[in-house]
Amino acid sequence: MEYEIVIGLETHVQLKTRSKMWCGCVNQFGGEPNTHVCPVCLGFPGVLPVANEEALRLTVLTGMLLNCGLPKRAKFDRKNYFYPDASKNYQITQYDLPSTLKGCVEFESENKTCRVGITRAHLEEDVGKSSHFDRVSGVDFNRAGVPLLEIVSEPEITSVQMASDYLNELKTILIYGGISDCDMEKGMVRCDLNLSTRPVGQKELGKKVEIKNMNSFSGARKALTYEMNRQIKVLRNGGALIQETRRWDDAEGMTHSMRSKEMAHDYRYLPEPDLMPFEPETAWYDSIRESVVELPLARKRRYMKDYGLPPKDTETLVSNPSLAGYFEKAAEHSKKPKAVANLILNNLRACMSESNHSVDDLKIQPTHIHELVQLVDSGKINSRIAQEVFNAVYESGKSPQGIVEEKGLAQVSDSSTIDAFCDEVIKANPKSVEDFQAGKQNALNFLKGQVMRLSKGKANPALVGQVLEKRILNP
Amino acid sequence: MDKSIHAFLSINKQGVLDQAEKADREIAEKGLSADRPLLGIPIAIKDVLAEKGAPLTCGSRLLRDFVSPYDATVVTQLKNAGALTFGRLNMDEFAMGSSTENSSVGPTCNPWDYSRIPGGSSGGSAASVVADECIASLGSDTGGSIRQPASLCGCVGLKPTYGRVSRYGLVAFASSLDQVGCNTKTVSDAATMLGVISGYDKRDSTSVPRSVPEYSAALQSSIKGMKIGLPKEYFVEGMQPEVASSIRQAVEKLEELGAEIVEVSLPHTEYAVACYYIIATAEASTNLARFDGIRYGYRVDGKNPFELYCATRGSGFGEEVKRRIILGTYVLSSGYYDAYYLKAQKVRSLIAGDFTKVFETVDALVTPTSPTTAWKLGEKMDDPLQMYLSDVCTLSSNLAGNCGISIPCGFTDNPTLPIGLQLLGPPFSEETLLKIAGDFEQATDWHCRKPVINNAGA
Repeated sequence: MEYEIVIGLETHVQLKTRSKMWCGCVNQFGGEPNTHVCPVCLGFPGVLPVANEEALRLTVLTGMLLNCGLPKRAKFDRKNYFYPDASKNYQITQYDLPSTLKGCVEFESENKTCRVGITRAHLEEDVGKSSHFDRVSGVDFNRAGVPLLEIVSEPEITSVQMASDYLNELKTILIYGGISDCDMEKGMVRCDLNLSTRPVGQKELGKKVEIKNMNSFSGARKALTYEMNRQIKVLRNGGALIQETRRWDDAEGMTHSMRSKEMAHDYRYLPEPDLMPFEPETAWYDSIRESVVELPLARKRRYMKDYGLPPKDTETLVSNPSLAGYFEKAAEHSKKPKAVANLILNNLRACMSESNHSVDDLKIQPTHIHELVQLVDSGKINSRIAQEVFNAVYESGKSPQGIVEEKGLAQVSDSSTIDAFCDEVIKANPKSVEDFQAGKQNALNFLKGQVMRLSKGKANPALVGQVLEKRILNP
Repeated sequence: MDKSIHAFLSINKQGVLDQAEKADREIAEKGLSADRPLLGIPIAIKDVLAEKGAPLTCGSRLLRDFVSPYDATVVTQLKNAGALTFGRLNMDEFAMGSSTENSSVGPTCNPWDYSRIPGGSSGGSAASVVADECIASLGSDTGGSIRQPASLCGCVGLKPTYGRVSRYGLVAFASSLDQVGCNTKTVSDAATMLGVISGYDKRDSTSVPRSVPEYSAALQSSIKGMKIGLPKEYFVEGMQPEVASSIRQAVEKLEELGAEIVEVSLPHTEYAVACYYIIATAEASTNLARFDGIRYGYRVDGKNPFELYCATRGSGFGEEVKRRIILGTYVLSSGYYDAYYLKAQKVRSLIAGDFTKVFETVDALVTPTSPTTAWKLGEKMDDPLQMYLSDVCTLSSNLAGNCGISIPCGFTDNPTLPIGLQLLGPPFSEETLLKIAGDFEQATDWHCRKPVINNAGA
């Protein structure tokens, strides 16, 4: 029998706000343990939460970016469970009236356009971080109370690759919207995986297995692959699956059962009495709508159409919104957007990664890239010199034109100068001249290189080839 | 002096002397001013309201060594008004109880008879005012915790409308029912206190952005022509006869003063106790979850977090608190939520609806505060249900979010024990209640009677 898998994902994302969800403490990764804390996020007696308006705004904006419906009324609830990293032993979340309703994400996967339904995106709070030492354990509450958005997908993902593409698209959308920095290494994105297996053709879903708290997309991929194979194997061998929660062990590369359905927590949800239910006004929704940005998929399609870029280059640009913005500024007036993209994707990215710069740190401006492409295009400099000019502009932030003048890098196309260079090289390399006359094409390339060297790279390479050929073959 | 009453859990002697000296200097230099209405006045605080640097025990073993790192909004307001905050008052553990016997350090005694309870949970708040240990006190009222002890000790007890006073810094028992209020010797003092502690607080999302009237000014006008309702459901079976007759006399007095008295009905009153104990315990079970011994407070170690929780909470909480946590956990459990919590919320709406409807025709309601006078220490400790029923007249107004006040309206003869009259009004009608209470107080002398305090100790 053939089997198919069905995946649903719950993605938790830390929102990019200045302060925490319920108090004025800074929302910032790191810091000495328990330094970004106050009575509110430590759950001291008598404190009350006050909802962070920016977090509410970012939640609604996420809903808009994910094509979600927006409710007339929303509220917060308490989810009760005891754990040392939970400062109140309940988490404030949104249970039955979340801030966003059904929506969907569109993305490309395995050369197809896919659409996955979004059940909801609701706002909640992050918990502290436990550490276990030799004889004691500790909890750092710096992270406790950081606004966390939980984006729940419908069980509509049908392969591991599709899950991976969904996650990457979601991450890019959230970065585009300024919702979250999505820095995986800082734990800003985590996800729970739900996977079930059923015989092909069966309508009902199989038993749902949940794998909790994955903190990297590559881990999620591995866990999904392992779990898919495990479930199919159990079914193939005539076994039965149970609804359960499993834990991914990255070192072993395996999932282990944590608890079955019978042992599932009873979270005893109740409406949060310290926060009033709220009815967002249309005007507020409208003001948020102004922050809606172009989605990555739309941008990708536009780049391919308007700039004629190949898919691979487009993907690389689109996945990095600040670089994409840089590209658009550089390409805005350019007749050669492809050349602009090449400079950015090859030279600029290499320099940036070498010097550990972000787009905001750059001295080289988008207009410089445009200018450099123009210099090459008009024959003012050749493409080899363009590399040198690029590096100089990257270092100094001076204009390419200025660098060319300052360093005298303009391409030499003047025939008498080129004739002189060629004559000198022909005289100094009789062996190569003979070889070329004997039909060895490589010999001409060598001679060409010698001329370029003599001209300090400035000679027009096409012209050099023509002159050499003429002088050697028809002396 | 407090040896006989045991109203205080802690007193900051040096702190209050320093504050008093400062107040004296300020009066000498600048005189009295309207924006410092409590300048130099000693006010005691129920040990459930956070005061920076002061113990905050909530009458519980679990917080016996806890010192608050911050001020409740009401405490800041008191300090800004010039009050001397000097002591922390005894209470039922986490405000759960009606007799102050659930305090982990022993009960407070009724100033009129040390062998009797002062009421609760703000027993210390009422007893300290009646015993002249302070001029006024702050308390909290979740189901009658300010009004019932006021009635049983013989002072004024005011529970403002839900949202009128900030709850920031009030250790929560049942968040949707809790409200901070005061115990005072006179209605006029209650008006002054309310003026100080009222107002919107951005730290409390449930506080209401509404201007604060000049409450003291309300006392100037008369109640002539006001319509006051007498809800028949509040004259319950088993009510002490002296209480019933005192209330009748008080109602006659109000009529004499020019009010029109009409009998009214609040038909869902009989469900109030059940409804209250589902909602209050449900909220309490989650509010008290934070007391786990991890971050602060009393801790009994265990091999793992679960054992630590069990050991800490098992020995840190008293019997009544544990009973309510268990009850609240049960009513919120999957499969029971709809039958209990959700149903109770619906009943709560009906109870609130009763009040809304009645207040379309009357300005206020008059009822007994408590069906009985103060009972003997220990008398109801083995019968929690009897204890719960003692709040039958007060807890509906918490469910509805209304305001209420209890004032002295008589005494029993042998033994001499105070009886309280309760006035209830619609949300934000504190001025009306103060006006009626003030007129009644002016026309009677019940508030002038004082117990003899034996300084030797009980």
